[in-house]
Amino acid sequence: MTVIKVEHLYKQYRLGQVGSGTLKDDFSRWIASLRGKEDPLLKIGEVNDRTVVGESDYVLSLRDINFEVNEGEVLGIIGKNGAGKSTLLKVLSKVTAPSSGQIKIKGRVASLLEVGTGFHPELTGRENIYLNGAILGMSRQEITRKLDEIIDFAGIERYVETPVKRYSSGMYVRLAFAVAAHLEPEILIVDEVLAVGDAEFQQKAIGKMQAVSKQQGRTVLFVSHNMDAISRLCTNCLFLKNGSLEYKGLTEDVIQKYIGSETKIVSNLAYDINNAPGNELVRLREAQVIDEYFQSKLNFRIDEKVGINFKFEVLKETNDLISGFNLYNQLDVHILSSHDTLNAGKTFSPGIYSVTVWLPQNFLTEGVHYCGVAAMSYKPFTVHFHDVAKIGFNISDKQSGETVRGNYTGTFPGVIRPKLIWDKI
Amino acid sequence: MEENWTEVIEPNKSLFNLNFKELWKYRDLILIFVRRDIVSVYKQTVLGPLWFFLGPLFTVFTFVFVFSQIAKISTDNIPAPLFYLAGTTLWNYFQACLSGTSSTFISNAGIFGKVYFPRLVSPISMVISNLLKFGIQLLMFLCFWGYYYYKGSISPNIYILLLPFLILLMGAMALGIGIIISSLTTKYRDLTYFIGFGISLLMYATPVIYPISAIPDMYKSVVTYNPIAPIIETFRYGFTGSGYFTWNGLIYSSVFTIIVLFIGTILFNKIERTFMDTV
Repeated sequence: MTVIKVEHLYKQYRLGQVGSGTLKDDFSRWIASLRGKEDPLLKIGEVNDRTVVGESDYVLSLRDINFEVNEGEVLGIIGKNGAGKSTLLKVLSKVTAPSSGQIKIKGRVASLLEVGTGFHPELTGRENIYLNGAILGMSRQEITRKLDEIIDFAGIERYVETPVKRYSSGMYVRLAFAVAAHLEPEILIVDEVLAVGDAEFQQKAIGKMQAVSKQQGRTVLFVSHNMDAISRLCTNCLFLKNGSLEYKGLTEDVIQKYIGSETKIVSNLAYDINNAPGNELVRLREAQVIDEYFQSKLNFRIDEKVGINFKFEVLKETNDLISGFNLYNQLDVHILSSHDTLNAGKTFSPGIYSVTVWLPQNFLTEGVHYCGVAAMSYKPFTVHFHDVAKIGFNISDKQSGETVRGNYTGTFPGVIRPKLIWDKI
Repeated sequence: MEENWTEVIEPNKSLFNLNFKELWKYRDLILIFVRRDIVSVYKQTVLGPLWFFLGPLFTVFTFVFVFSQIAKISTDNIPAPLFYLAGTTLWNYFQACLSGTSSTFISNAGIFGKVYFPRLVSPISMVISNLLKFGIQLLMFLCFWGYYYYKGSISPNIYILLLPFLILLMGAMALGIGIIISSLTTKYRDLTYFIGFGISLLMYATPVIYPISAIPDMYKSVVTYNPIAPIIETFRYGFTGSGYFTWNGLIYSSVFTIIVLFIGTILFNKIERTFMDTV
């Protein structure tokens, strides 16, 4: 059953000083409405690319967005800063109205764009539970019924009658989240700001969201620019770019598109012999990231093998040619290097050769990785080509329970994540 | 095929689609806001709610001294303290409601930007929570009134029974004007400066510190066009027996209130949907 249906949604914002020229624009809108015409200033907005200075005073933060959400679905919304994610959330949660288009909703909606909205510092914990609960749309009886549960979840029994301004920031956030967590809407809209805070809190927040969707069958819309969180939580995904809906579909496919579009890496590349990296001895012709079926792709599950295949052209016969491979993560940490010792010493006559190196499953962490491929000689040591950070891939953990992460949903630190052997207690 | 959607979000809903049903659903929130406003005012003060007394009391003594003793403005044969208390009690309620509701959007921008609830909840709860302050001042007025009544210097009459209606009228009028101003200030911020001194100027155009009978005839019509004047005069007339009461005046105020409230609700309803983009 469809519970949210978004049709031709537009949201326009005015740039620059709001106030100057508003009377003039208001007047022309008014004249147009008197003559029964459409708003003359509505659709003249430009694509909302924040880095480029545009011509118009108006931008479209959302441009012709269409999608549907089914009951019980956890829909991720992904995009860079400025892609329109927050605007979409605001329109969906009725904080601001769309400029044109329509959203149809079935069921009660609660949106968590912030924890602790409306908390009053002078009021006690108990008073703030009522205040915050009512702001989020709970009735008095509902709050009274869940009061003990909320206090218990937040772990603040001792401070219930103390004004919240005396709380530590941790207690404050816990209390605020506890109220939000005990809302029982049919549709929950969550911004990623919820997932900031310490690891324990993230764990609680994401765990609660999973429980809400899996056990209670509620619909969740989750907004983030964090691919890892999205791939862990969501089955389906929307990818927003500059206010337009770039792609929608299964999370894996969407993330594939997202990486392709938002990072510079590709899963395969080919060089023409004239501009190929290398020298008169050997040149790089092709490089690609492949899965175990030799299909090139960008997004891999953490329990999948990742292969890096590259083809080089030998121009002069040699018996001193070694292939090399490096791996970097998104923070530019050089994770590892590897030399092809198996084929060292082999005599290469002129021609094209293909070599593949495999990264084992359950070895890397989640996130984007960049590859470097090289060819070198040992006697004397010379590097013929070293092509870095053009191809790469993303690792995601769908949280099957089988991976190193197990059922832990929070931040999982570390540069690599091999499956280690734990002895039985 | 028409499915049964519980809600449809569209850019422009009809002007008259006021959705009071939704407002009723959020009545708990109104009460909790009222409670918040009242409770948070006197937290961490020693005298607590007593402060609601002291402010007006000092104001009245100042008025007695400045306007009655120095300026010698007539008080219509009513004892001066009672005359000023009668004027300021209702006026203070009006002033508190108006200045509170007229900044609804700007002072609540933080909450309004993060979560949806019918925005009218805020100004309505403001008007209700100010009732408490008003009640305390009314109590103080009644103490003075009882004293002078016992001394026999005033003669109350049946119009005293209009009090609940006068309070309702005052609150509704302040709400109406307040939400009109708050709607306009989201775009035209200049109004916030105007309202600052506008309210204090308005007091001098209202028979708070002078009786209507003391106005020279050529200006009398100006004051009688002021829709707040009949309310305050009726209050004074009912409690003390002197003042300027006509049914026409009261009907004029009521009609004005209804119109203002009507325009205000429509305007507020239109602005609340997009004010986050301009505030």
